[in-house]
Amino acid sequence: MKIGVFICHCGENIGRTVDCVRVAKACSFFPNVVHSVEYKYMCSDPGQNMIKQAIKDLKLDGVVVGSCSPHMHEKTFRKAVSDAGVNPFLCEIANLREHVSWVHDDKEVATDKAIDLMRFAVEKVKRNAPLKTIQVPVTKRTLVIGGGIAGIQAALDVANAGYEVVLVEKEPSIGGHMSQLSETFPTLDCSQCILTPRMVEVYQHPKIKLMTYSEVEKVEGFIGNFKVTIRKKARFVDDTLCSGCGDCAIKCPIKKKALSEFDEKLAFRSAIYVPFPQAVPNIPVIDKEVCTYFKNGKCSMCVKVCGRNAIKFDQQDEFISEDIGAIIVATGYKLYTIDKKPEASEIKGYGEYGYGKYKDVVDGLQFERIASASGPTSGEFQRPSDGKTPKKIVFIQCVGSRDESKGFSYCSKICCMYTAKHAMLYKHKVHDGEAYVFYMDIRAGGKMYEEFVRRAIEEDGVKYIRGRVSRIYEEDGKYIVKGEDTLAGVPIQIDADMVVLATAMVAQTDAPKLAQTIGMPYDNYGFYSEVHPKLRPVESSTGGVFLAGACNSPRDIPDSVAMASAAAAKALVLFGSDMLEREPTIAFVNENLCAGCFYCKKVCAYNAIEVKQIKDKNGNVIKEVAFVNSGLCQGCGTCNATCPSKAIELIGYTDEQIYAEIAALM
Amino acid sequence: MSHQTTNHTRTMTDDIKDITSQNPDICYQCGKCSAGCPVRNYMDEAPNLIVRYIQLGLYDKAVNSSTIWLCAGCLTCTTRCPKNFELAAFMDALREIALKKGIKIKEKAILKFHKAFLKQIKNHGRSYELGLIRDYKLTTGDLMADVDAAPDMLLKGKIGIFPHNIKGKESIKRIFEKTEVK
Repeated sequence: MKIGVFICHCGENIGRTVDCVRVAKACSFFPNVVHSVEYKYMCSDPGQNMIKQAIKDLKLDGVVVGSCSPHMHEKTFRKAVSDAGVNPFLCEIANLREHVSWVHDDKEVATDKAIDLMRFAVEKVKRNAPLKTIQVPVTKRTLVIGGGIAGIQAALDVANAGYEVVLVEKEPSIGGHMSQLSETFPTLDCSQCILTPRMVEVYQHPKIKLMTYSEVEKVEGFIGNFKVTIRKKARFVDDTLCSGCGDCAIKCPIKKKALSEFDEKLAFRSAIYVPFPQAVPNIPVIDKEVCTYFKNGKCSMCVKVCGRNAIKFDQQDEFISEDIGAIIVATGYKLYTIDKKPEASEIKGYGEYGYGKYKDVVDGLQFERIASASGPTSGEFQRPSDGKTPKKIVFIQCVGSRDESKGFSYCSKICCMYTAKHAMLYKHKVHDGEAYVFYMDIRAGGKMYEEFVRRAIEEDGVKYIRGRVSRIYEEDGKYIVKGEDTLAGVPIQIDADMVVLATAMVAQTDAPKLAQTIGMPYDNYGFYSEVHPKLRPVESSTGGVFLAGACNSPRDIPDSVAMASAAAAKALVLFGSDMLEREPTIAFVNENLCAGCFYCKKVCAYNAIEVKQIKDKNGNVIKEVAFVNSGLCQGCGTCNATCPSKAIELIGYTDEQIYAEIAALM
Repeated sequence: MSHQTTNHTRTMTDDIKDITSQNPDICYQCGKCSAGCPVRNYMDEAPNLIVRYIQLGLYDKAVNSSTIWLCAGCLTCTTRCPKNFELAAFMDALREIALKKGIKIKEKAILKFHKAFLKQIKNHGRSYELGLIRDYKLTTGDLMADVDAAPDMLLKGKIGIFPHNIKGKESIKRIFEKTEVK
């Protein structure tokens, strides 16, 4: 074998700590190495051409590149090798950046280690066999999880491109948080007016199968070939019969027992209900927890009034299986609550703001409901405790955000903007009212955003005070807000009628559970992780799983919509070809050695091991052996490590190759 | 990779870091400490500004303020700080530095109170209120201050007539002798 060695400086990333010239020289003395060079940027066009040229000139049939992590550029170099006519699996990467230069200080020692790693890789490539990628078919259907604005956008984009979509929403209606908002920044257009036509479009789209009040139960398979089980929760209303007339909700005797989730607990709803009049689908659900029928079987008012016999108290959860090629996760966010007692949760609450005991201290979404024309006060500014119009409102930003002591260290990104909007909407309706905003920094990066905040201050007379509020307490029917203006260096005390807290955007409570169901990574906060924060921001590291909206990190509507369209485009890229290429580095069974113990089947996390019967000429089974389903195997190597008779090996990582690598280091 | 600079001239920030084991640069100047401080109105500078002065290297402004002496160490700021910055410990460190540097103290009576208090601990191993009152008044010379509160405090048992010494009194004294700033 004739091996070529190529050492990359990675600009200064490797070169600063590793003497690349010495490494290249040392490599030239390794057996079978006929060519050894170094270059500043091996991944660049000239760098790749060096490899291609050397392969042609010297008839190389093995290549080792000493560079960054194979995660970064293995594909790049394998493609270059392949372009020059050598099988791409005869190219190996030694990680001289993450494993050497980034973790060591001493140049001498680092250089010695780099040489060792190169020797290791050369020994491996000598034993590499040319491999062919595996081709698997692609199911051109998309699952979108979450029916907020991001999920709606992604579903419409994919469906409009002509591919089928299954949209799963856990609530009774799609629309998400956007349907709760009053008006949207920075244009102040009505949220429902721009959202509801999209909701209806989803409902009527021939390519979209809408499943509300449903949750993803199980995800099996892999990119292009997922099998997803969806739990369709019992609504106790037959959606094929219900006409959405609403008589049941009107007649339901439960009026003051259940708080409306849609109105953020500022109003009541009946036991059988649609979350809001514009809900899609306009089909009610029965809340089993408060319904009298489910408690003692006595009431069945809804059954009596329903002209279409749609009420079905005996309905059960259904499990529906779908074949899916791509998954777009758009599960959104929830708001941080200040009423968490320190012992109740990892997140501590705000004792100094009353742990949620003051009725007129509300959060951002509650204020949206108060400001909304469809809200409990029909858009009149009335405070929750006594319905009076507040004449003095204090808005506090960064509650739970940028607070590593009680909440989260990140910035929630949208609060600066919606607080300016809240103060503005209030001033537009209550002309003699006073609005104060306590802020730490105003983060108004975005098209027309800074102008919007300035408008609140300059035209609408909202008073901005730079400082965090220390305490809120009740005194003579007023809420005393104690703050400090850090610009003037003076203490500020405001006797407010109402306080609005811009609480942090946090991950959904069950976000980690869904991540584990799908098998995708999430961060410390519960937000789903992207592969690369700059270059692959909408892809999960799990193949075929894409991210959209605030489930990835706090973001506003324009960003969520843009991300949803990007995720849809990524799914469509996947559907651009009929067959998918997969790495051939999967498990392989030597049937002569396999004793049929099937330990491998027990340990396989991907259900990739099957039982194969070996028969004689007469069709009698003489032996059962393990068989690897090449579509499911992920090449993790667990079976390889478990097999007592060494009958399973990982192609491209055989025991022989691994031992040769270890021996090279001895 | 380490990026520690050598030949770095020691600053007051380094002293504060050593005494308190925390970095004043973590403060992002939200002002929540000042907003909730019960003695804020008597201070010449808001507590958050003292941290700002240290961040900017304006050490003289910090150690010459009345704020560092008026801080009562009630820990309201520490409890509420979103950055977990221990402001009370920081103020204590500044008082220590001011004393060591021999800076003219703005609130002399408070220093005298601290000294009178520590004297009781040194002599009795714990606080002795009547001794504290005696030594404080003798050093300030203001014998009649707050006298009207005395009868009530005596009746409620807030002031004992005789000191209560602890068992290891002598050990406490030795700690003082070894560590006291003369």
